[in-house]
Amino acid sequence: MAVPGLRAHATLLRFATAGSVDDGKSTLIGRLLFDSKSVFQDQLESVERTSADRGDDYTNLALLTDGLRAEREQGITIDVAYRYFSTPVRSFIVADTPGHVQYTRNMVTGASTADLALVLVDARKGVVEQTRRHASLSALLRVPHLVLAVNKMDLVDYSQAAYDEIVADFRAFAAELDLPDVTAIPIAALQGDNVVHRSEAMPWYDGLALLEHLEQVHVSREDAQQRPARFPVQYVIRPMSTERPDYRGYAGTLSSGTLSVGDEVVVLPSGRRTTIEAIDTFDASLPQAVTGQAVTVRLAEELDVSRGDMIVAADAGPTVTSSFDATVCWMADTPLRPGQRVLVKHTTRTVKAQVSTLHDRLDVTQLQGEPADTLRLNDIGRVTVRTASPLAVDAYADDRTTGAFIVLDEATGTTVGAGMVAS
Amino acid sequence: MTEMLTGLSQLDVLEAESIHVMREVAAEFERPALLFSGGKDSIVMLRLAEKAFWPARIPFPLVHVDTGHNFDEVLAFRDKRVAELNARLVVAKVQDDIDAGRVVEIPGGLRNPLQTTTLLRAIEEGRYDAVFGGARRDEEKARAKERFFSFRDSFGQWDPKNQRPELWNLYNGRHNKGEHIRVFPLSNWTELDIWRYIAREGIEVPSIYFAHEREVFARDGMLLGVTPYSMPKPNETVETRVVRYRTVGDASCTGAVESPAKTPDEVIEEVASTRITERGATRADDRTSEAAMEDRKKEGYF
Repeated sequence: MAVPGLRAHATLLRFATAGSVDDGKSTLIGRLLFDSKSVFQDQLESVERTSADRGDDYTNLALLTDGLRAEREQGITIDVAYRYFSTPVRSFIVADTPGHVQYTRNMVTGASTADLALVLVDARKGVVEQTRRHASLSALLRVPHLVLAVNKMDLVDYSQAAYDEIVADFRAFAAELDLPDVTAIPIAALQGDNVVHRSEAMPWYDGLALLEHLEQVHVSREDAQQRPARFPVQYVIRPMSTERPDYRGYAGTLSSGTLSVGDEVVVLPSGRRTTIEAIDTFDASLPQAVTGQAVTVRLAEELDVSRGDMIVAADAGPTVTSSFDATVCWMADTPLRPGQRVLVKHTTRTVKAQVSTLHDRLDVTQLQGEPADTLRLNDIGRVTVRTASPLAVDAYADDRTTGAFIVLDEATGTTVGAGMVAS
Repeated sequence: MTEMLTGLSQLDVLEAESIHVMREVAAEFERPALLFSGGKDSIVMLRLAEKAFWPARIPFPLVHVDTGHNFDEVLAFRDKRVAELNARLVVAKVQDDIDAGRVVEIPGGLRNPLQTTTLLRAIEEGRYDAVFGGARRDEEKARAKERFFSFRDSFGQWDPKNQRPELWNLYNGRHNKGEHIRVFPLSNWTELDIWRYIAREGIEVPSIYFAHEREVFARDGMLLGVTPYSMPKPNETVETRVVRYRTVGDASCTGAVESPAKTPDEVIEEVASTRITERGATRADDRTSEAAMEDRKKEGYF
């Protein structure tokens, strides 16, 4: 079906933006929304009014994304804000994350679901500590693509030499990281150069404008698709109706690989082998489910399977273990101390756990570990986690779903950390 | 083969994400409920719930916070869907809170702000620990800061500056007795996505979403229909125009837009080219101030 504004098979790209306070990140997002005609007239008028009231020289597009009263008052972004725009070939979800040092947790949050990280630098300042922090966090969170947007090129007279120096500087740092794909683009977000349209002010740049790049970059699910099947069971569906008295299906989202009817699978942690009898959805029964699909699976044998179990490819399963090493980003005001008891939520299973050892704290701007007694808010460290019952884990480097977990405080119930299983 | 393997479209991805969220709630909470107003977003949410638990019935009740200012077509639609799904419907009436003196009618008759009291009462009476809402982040800038799982304290309040970080697809529903979680499965959908999904799935919506002739009058730059809850003042002229509703809320504050769109495809065409947000065009309650929604949400609004 031809749908105006978006093709029926349009794909989705999630990207996270990061930059220091004055790098013009919100202005860039505002520009992308404005130039792709995703900003509405009443929103623009409201921003124009507020800009005029504040005495800004130009319409401050940052006001489009700063939604909370405190943000508008202080002129800063406090919390991750999500924005949406689309072009005929792709729709985009932007996680706009604050650039302050103390908000590392927001950057990690935004990057956890991102296919691409958009890192901004000010052309006058070049690569600063924040840039290195953002690149490191993108690498840590295994964001498949990174774009280095060198902004405010107008303020360095659109100089190629200035741009080349920043890019060389960044690449030297990035070489030490495990960043799969880095693209640099010179832009001037305020005027729109190389954002949606290619800039005439920088004829020396022959690459794509930012939006063109975002439209063409490969979406990472293709890699997950090639991996062995992982199906964390969320919920057991038992209608107990007269038409289906014996129906028993396992509902979940296939987090990697494919599952086909007849595939041999193993149910973890029990290790029982069986085959896929059917893959059901409301719309139809499927011969095959692909990565990212929410389906209901029926198994050939009657096994005891419940929420928290994982159905996996028989020939290439994850590691079932009660102890593993991980990198943790701490997100609570109360520091993490070695020996601390917590809850760990991994896929659909929540277990009691203990952070048995704190190995070191990571200086993400220098990529070095340093000895540490505690992890404070926004610290990242390497730990060993011991769990009360076994989890089926993959290395986060291989699988961004079965390698990820969150840490909860048992007493307050809040989310206090994010963890990635080490290789 | 490769073509088929990577074939999830943007709508497929959004659908799967919403279903995943709903199943997490059904598995982790004891008493969830789904807010169903008969508006397009809650209709899509209901279809996603139907898909998430098929072939079983939806394992939680539907709750309608009823301002008493309803469009007849929408109430009829609500009851028809409830019957089709063999679902349980709980109606919480704003009128009951007015009669009991818990809220006071606002001069001019606007009842949307009063809904918060009724909603919180319904949550307390039903002892619901998770409440699904159809709010979308693209609707409004305070909503752009919402989580999928949004924690509410025992007063139903939202604290936007102290929200739980939400990573990957790992949602944290921990709460104490008396507190609850608002869950927004449609967080990542846009107005256009909702209509594209309605068209793709052939989902029925109340007829007032499509072009029809109606007696309307202009007020505050909006077209209000003549209803018992929105009567023209002596200086306001009533005309018959071809209109449709972009949002369906309290009839006293929901405006119509002039439109010839008679089918979902025509609505999509219109939405794709429109330059005014749905709330800006049609909701008097959102025009109060820059932070009207943030303030109402902090107090416990959807």
